[in-house]
Amino acid sequence: MKKEDQLEEKNPIEDLLRMDRIPHIWCPGCGIGTVVTSFIEALKKSKLDLDKVVVVSGIGCTGRVAGYVKLDSFHTTHGRAVPFATGLKLANPELNVVVFSGDGDIAGIGGNHFIHAARRNMDITIICVNNFNYAMTGGQVAATTPLGANASTAPYGNFEFPFSLPYLADAAGATYIARWTALHLRRVTKSIQEALSRRGFSFIEVITPCVTLYARRNRLGDGLNLLKYYYDNSEIHHGADTRTLDISYQGKLVVGKFVDKEKPTFLDAMNEHLGKVLGDKYVLYGRINDDRD
Amino acid sequence: MKKVKADPKGVLTGSHYLDGDHSLAEGGLAAGCRFFAGYPITPSTETAERFSERIPTVGGVFIQMEDELGSIAALIGASWAGKKVMTVTSGPGFSLMMENIGLACMMETPIVIANVQRGGPSTGLPTLTGQQDMMQARWGSHGDYEIIALSPDSPQECFDLTIEAFNLAEMFRVPTFVMTDECIGHMHEKVVIPPAEEIELVERKWYTGPKEKYLPYKPDKDLVPFMIKAGDGYRFHTTGLTRDERGYPVINAECQDVCVRHLVDKINKNADKIIKLKEEEIDNAEIIVISYGITSRVAIKAVQKARKAGIKVGTLRLITVWPFPEKRIKELAKKIKAFVFPEINCGQVVLEVERCSWGQTQVIHVPHCGGWVHNPDDIFNAIKEAAK
Ligand SMILES: Cc1ncc(C[n+]2csc(CCOP(=O)(O)OP(=O)(O)O)c2C)c(N)n1
Ligand code: SF4
Ligand SMILES: [Mg+2]
Repeated sequence: MKKEDQLEEKNPIEDLLRMDRIPHIWCPGCGIGTVVTSFIEALKKSKLDLDKVVVVSGIGCTGRVAGYVKLDSFHTTHGRAVPFATGLKLANPELNVVVFSGDGDIAGIGGNHFIHAARRNMDITIICVNNFNYAMTGGQVAATTPLGANASTAPYGNFEFPFSLPYLADAAGATYIARWTALHLRRVTKSIQEALSRRGFSFIEVITPCVTLYARRNRLGDGLNLLKYYYDNSEIHHGADTRTLDISYQGKLVVGKFVDKEKPTFLDAMNEHLGKVLGDKYVLYGRINDDRD
Repeated sequence: MKKVKADPKGVLTGSHYLDGDHSLAEGGLAAGCRFFAGYPITPSTETAERFSERIPTVGGVFIQMEDELGSIAALIGASWAGKKVMTVTSGPGFSLMMENIGLACMMETPIVIANVQRGGPSTGLPTLTGQQDMMQARWGSHGDYEIIALSPDSPQECFDLTIEAFNLAEMFRVPTFVMTDECIGHMHEKVVIPPAEEIELVERKWYTGPKEKYLPYKPDKDLVPFMIKAGDGYRFHTTGLTRDERGYPVINAECQDVCVRHLVDKINKNADKIIKLKEEEIDNAEIIVISYGITSRVAIKAVQKARKAGIKVGTLRLITVWPFPEKRIKELAKKIKAFVFPEINCGQVVLEVERCSWGQTQVIHVPHCGGWVHNPDDIFNAIKEAAK
């Protein structure tokens, strides 16, 4: 692994974990914990008031993240983390709301909420662990399973075209989009830090193969070897055209920061527009001194 | 229970000519609702429209979500961020909300949902009335839980009971429903909105003790746990999984027993504090006509006719439908010849009356499949039959 991808200092992360809930439920060698570590690093490096950082998860292996971070955290229902986060953010714009959930949760059952939150440029950050399957329920085919890969409900191999999540996010209007693998520790950390500092809908996809189900079923090796395979087969291409980011079965993986732009958020647009149209009658809503860019 | 006066900004004091849908919105605004998330559906859309027009002038947010699954998820999130929240819908949207009604129950989150009922099942009768979602309101989401449901009989009550619904939702940390219908939703009548200082609101049961001692689901004496909101530094966790007092998931039968029993007891053991009924001429009655919502107004015609014909008829209107006034119905069942119960469905709330009557009196249901209200003569004939 390249030096810049390793975490330089060993920051204690325990104070941001619910140690009274450890051991966690994740399998040995699962990459979700690695992504959580990067997330906590990012929080520590950010200058955010951590009392105002809220984590919302849906359901799934990744959905359990909300239960392990020592922040205000909500473990909601399958697919509804994004609208739940929307409610939190709109009701208290001072909150920094992070959705941490799986590919099935965010882009399968929650796909409609995902594209609409992106369209509205809802000021939230999404960290999506893409493990190419529905892991929690035993490795079923997902909207992200590469063509040809085997899954418990695609026992003859998957023949459905998968989503490319960065492309979907881009088309729907997200203002910050990045993709990494779980082993790009520092880059994931940096992207999360950047996303947290941006106003708008930020989306970070972290390719984190499920060692127990997806990898075993497809005979792809285990644990660190597997994570390393994806890491080694990834090419960093910042600013890549999001139309070119399809993931093929065991093929090359384009990673990087693809989109980083500015656009008024839902609340900015609401305040601006209604203020203009309604004049004095409008009661400015939740405008805060926001020192983020 | 801390009571406060309404914020005058949201209160449109005066005498108005409003339909039920608009009154629901005014009730919500008067109750301090500052977050509305919804999705358009006939015959409830006017409530959402009024919110979208009014809320920017009182300091709140309206958002039209992508669907009702999202609306209710946003509501629960917003409630945990400290806002009073509301949505409105009708049958098909109500069905979509069932998923997270369960989450709101489990997370013990105050939210208010108005259902302007139309005929179903499925797309059914988008523009015509029904009272067919009453059982769904009670138990439409999976699992065991109890909620509160109120049923207004006029645009005025759409206003009054929406405020009441907010008070109950806050008091008991539970989803509370205003179960109205297309007729009342679209009926224009005089609605009097009092001055803000005459509107009493119940404040959320905020926790004030030491932060490290806070337990999100430790029941207080009245069984309702204290609440906090996101962003206040508690670093708390909550989940839709069966959980302990800390809000941490515990997946076993023992914790399930404590958790679910609590959700059910919290409402049932406080039923006397919640239930409101309107009774008339009950004392000497041989027959009691039970009804709720629009059907009460139709039933009264039949009752008057029956009284003229010399039958001793009393009336009992369920202002609160859930929790069901079990005690009162059991008491009355011992004294009378029959209950007559018209409702615009094929037999829903009547099942509770039958259960509570324990075979001690006759229960005559007057069904209607929806689309219009009863012909009062159908109710009259049932009364006559019962009096025989
Ligand atoms: C409405 C609903 N349908 C189905 C399920 C069952 N279920 C639980 S987790 C899950 C899939 C999770 O997949 P993903 O979001 O990718 O998370 P992962 O476990 O892979 O991290 C499913 C289908 C559910 N909990 N709720
Ligand atoms: S099943 Fe897969 S995704 Fe879930 S914890 Fe195990 S390795 Fe991780
Ligand atoms: Mg997955």
